[in-house]
Amino acid sequence: MCIDCGCSAGDAKIVGHSHDHDHSHSHDHDHDHDHDHHHENRLSPAHAHAPTINPARMVKIEQDILGKNNQYAQVNRDYFHQHKIFTLNLVSSPGSGKTSLLTKTIELLKAELSISVIEGDQQTSNDAERIRATGVKAVQINTGKGCHLDAHGIGHAIETLAPEDNSLLFIENVGNLVCPSAFDLGEAHKVVILSVTEGEDKPLKYPDMFAAADIMLLNKIDLLPHVDFDVAQCIEYARRVNPRIKVLQVSARTGEGLVVWLQWLKASHSVALIG
Amino acid sequence: MHEMSLCEGILDVLQQQAKQQQFVRVKTVWLEIGKLSSVEPDALRFGFDMVMQGSLAESATLEIIEVDGQAWCFACQQQIIIEHRYDGCPLCGAYQLQINDGEQMRIKELEVA
Repeated sequence: MCIDCGCSAGDAKIVGHSHDHDHSHSHDHDHDHDHDHHHENRLSPAHAHAPTINPARMVKIEQDILGKNNQYAQVNRDYFHQHKIFTLNLVSSPGSGKTSLLTKTIELLKAELSISVIEGDQQTSNDAERIRATGVKAVQINTGKGCHLDAHGIGHAIETLAPEDNSLLFIENVGNLVCPSAFDLGEAHKVVILSVTEGEDKPLKYPDMFAAADIMLLNKIDLLPHVDFDVAQCIEYARRVNPRIKVLQVSARTGEGLVVWLQWLKASHSVALIG
Repeated sequence: MHEMSLCEGILDVLQQQAKQQQFVRVKTVWLEIGKLSSVEPDALRFGFDMVMQGSLAESATLEIIEVDGQAWCFACQQQIIIEHRYDGCPLCGAYQLQINDGEQMRIKELEVA
């Protein structure tokens, strides 16, 4: 039983944990947006409606739409801080080589650091199985039709995964350069992975994600001789939307550039241990 | 399509507020959506109608107040308005900008009964 939300998701099957919504989805209504906008009348405290049994009234809310997610994210962040778990949220489009980069990173680092992984995909446990094959703990969250992981789901995954104190936790988000940008999971950093087989203008096409990330890993650089990809232009675009973004060039396949990535991971993990 | 998730988030807030502030119907919802937030207003309207079906806000009107993206330009030391995250400063062209408004996604006010 979840302490925070009361949902009954405490068992080990994060896969398939979902909140059912029984309402029907009828699409035959019209979308008519021709109505007038009389804000000045409705917002005025002096306005009055004809008296009815339930007279209409105005209620001030002033709440962030993502407020609930942000609250769960803060609970996760507090947990990570308390247990000195350095957490990264890996985001990218599908096919950027995220999982390959992750398995390679784990292979190179697992002797030095305790590592665990939360895998997010719409369907299948294939990625969690690939991660487990490296010998580290992993749980899979299947989001079903969901396009992103949310902080609530991560909270439950942490209960199941039980990452060790002083460890490194990777969250591999659903392959999607749009939606995961808006959802804080409680991570220390979002790391966006872009491969050179994609267009160099991805940072401009999906600016929210590149603005939300602290680090960009430019992957598959071993393929640069075979593709028309302008590295300098890509980095310039990324810095347009996020002047502070760090850029590392890597190849998960050949291992090129991974030394710097591992150094960054170890250094950041050490800083997280300080608290 | 995370606009659906956002609409579910809106419904959560409405249900919680209905208990706290003692109302049973929501007639109008005013949202403040920044132009630099990752929200597409049309997708939000579509998701809103679907998610609110059968709820206390069924058939409620959604009013979206769009807020301009604003930033501080470090190069020309001025407050500027930008349309997109990847825009440079309209005055000097620099990209050294600190965004300080237009990223919000807020429920501002409700008309309830």
